[in-house]
Amino acid sequence: MAAVRTSSEIGFNRVAIVAVLVVTIIFLAPIYWIASTAFKPRNLATTIPPTIVFQPEISPFVKLFTKRSQMRSPPSPEEYAAAPWWERVVFDGGEKIVRDGKGQVQWSGYPSRFLNSLIIAITSTVLAVGMGTFTAYGFSRFKVKGEADLLFFILSTRMLPPVVVAIPMFLMYRAVGLNDSHVGLIILYTAFNLSFSVWLMKGFMDEIPKEYEEAALVDGYTRMEAFFKIVLPEAATGIAATAVFCFITAWNEYAFALIMTNRRAQTAPPFIPSQVGSGLPDWTVIAAGTFLFLLPVAIFTFLLRNHLLRGMSFGAIRK
Amino acid sequence: MAHIQLKNISKTFGNHTALTGLDLDIADGEFFVLLGETGAGKTTTLRLIAGLEKPSEGQVFIDGVDVADWGAAERDVALVLQQYSLYPRYTVRENLEFPLKPKIRRLPDAEIKDRVDRAARTLRIEHLLDRKTDRLSGGEMQRVSIGRAIVRKPRVFLMDEPLSALDAKLREALRTELKNLQMQLGATFLFVTHDQIEAMSMGDKVGVLNHGRIVQTGTPHEIYNNPRDTYVASFVGSPPMNLIDGKLVNGRAVMAPLNFELPFSGGAKASGATDGRPLVFGVRPEDVYLESGAPVEARVHDVENHGVEKILTLRVGDATLRATVPARTDVAIEQAVRFAWNPDKVVLFDKGSGVSLRHVG
Repeated sequence: MAAVRTSSEIGFNRVAIVAVLVVTIIFLAPIYWIASTAFKPRNLATTIPPTIVFQPEISPFVKLFTKRSQMRSPPSPEEYAAAPWWERVVFDGGEKIVRDGKGQVQWSGYPSRFLNSLIIAITSTVLAVGMGTFTAYGFSRFKVKGEADLLFFILSTRMLPPVVVAIPMFLMYRAVGLNDSHVGLIILYTAFNLSFSVWLMKGFMDEIPKEYEEAALVDGYTRMEAFFKIVLPEAATGIAATAVFCFITAWNEYAFALIMTNRRAQTAPPFIPSQVGSGLPDWTVIAAGTFLFLLPVAIFTFLLRNHLLRGMSFGAIRK
Repeated sequence: MAHIQLKNISKTFGNHTALTGLDLDIADGEFFVLLGETGAGKTTTLRLIAGLEKPSEGQVFIDGVDVADWGAAERDVALVLQQYSLYPRYTVRENLEFPLKPKIRRLPDAEIKDRVDRAARTLRIEHLLDRKTDRLSGGEMQRVSIGRAIVRKPRVFLMDEPLSALDAKLREALRTELKNLQMQLGATFLFVTHDQIEAMSMGDKVGVLNHGRIVQTGTPHEIYNNPRDTYVASFVGSPPMNLIDGKLVNGRAVMAPLNFELPFSGGAKASGATDGRPLVFGVRPEDVYLESGAPVEARVHDVENHGVEKILTLRVGDATLRATVPARTDVAIEQAVRFAWNPDKVVLFDKGSGVSLRHVG
């Protein structure tokens, strides 16, 4: 970098800073809107012009997490006994309040939907990225017969809008009893993300010089050990990037969640708008639900930001 | 330490043939240099010995045992590459420890520390042990990767152009160091390079590889003075051997297109150097000398001053000829000079096959 900057450089810098500011504001405005609405009293949510200054309150969140009526369809004792532990945790939340004699105040459906979203998105991300990493390594390092065709087939699963197959999928899922189940959605999201994960990871794997592993092989390590000790740490950046994308896709998925689930395995995206339906929509509650829904992705991305920003940097390469 | 033998090795990659009918014999404790141009098959040969590739045909023996079914881990060889040879994210110490920690030959911690320290001392990299590998200079990196090889006391060291990426000064220094190291360890080294100076200065034996075939194997002295064919003659030596077309007429060398004659002592006559047979005369630049009464006149085309000596390019008709002369020789470009050669040192090659007459039969 030159130590002395010319005036045109400084001018360019100023323009760049202004441009960055404008873009940032454009991107952050909707998030601010959702966040502020989530803390507004109900009567200020829809004022025109929007209310900027207000006394924030927590009531939208209280309303989001509770409901003041009977659980519409509490599980029967048999249903409860047959349910896996993670669903029982959800049921317990609802029943405990009732048993405690808190009258008709119950947990709303939101916490269980949120938990469903977490379980399904995290599991499918781990599966898609894990399988994708191994598959990409195989494609990258070994001679695979018909490699180009296979990779094309893998990619071709993304060539049509997923909703096209929604109805057949629904029928198939119903036939095998996978509808409204966590496993069903996990399989679905893993399948969606796998092609993406394989392709992305293949790119990252190709970037890692095979000399590293060969050195490890010669040093007496097995292919597996070399993979875990050398390749995986090198691929961390790629894995992080792939994981963020897969997580966002699975977390935000709406159409299939709406069609395939209705209660037990329902995720947050179809649940939040379903609250609009009854009576006058309370936008503050919907904003609160949406605001909380944004947080996991934001946190996840924030935690991995170093991996995402730092390009592929290999310490010992000299060209 | 080990004795390496390759027998009739061929290796093809799809349609591309990398090696054909390769035979190689590397004695225990020998510093063997495999010399060849880029793409000649040097690295492939190395990888075959390391077990990173399988030969399409032929066998590899280590100490007389056919190692076809042995993986890279079991062969117990060490590999030093031109680059990418250090694990990033690891410190120098971790890099040096890495080869001592695989499950199949995990050493006790005290032994690991001892070996790493000893290797670091040998290579004078003790002060770098706690540094990350991306904070090393090229020379330091290469030293560490040699360290990674020597900590293990492998049966054979395989080096794939380890010095090529370094600058000239460092290359020279490490060349000497490597050679000393090899003598100190008494280990078998297979060193691959395209640099004939490295080959000549380091090798106990040199194998010249051309298009996947071994053209000649011998001591550097043999390779230099008695090249098997015109390829070796022109590849080894800097500047390379002068190769001039001509034939023998009444015991004199007559350069056909140039119309100049030189005396020829006839040292190789017995092996078929008959009058009139089309030949290529090979003579090293240092065996061409300038003398006022010499038989051939030439013009000085170019002068390269190398300090201790000058390399002249002489022009005779359309042909050029290199001559190495003492630096104090006073010549100017386009000056007319007379030259002769040392007839005892002339090597005759068959014009058609390019094979030296001394090597026929």
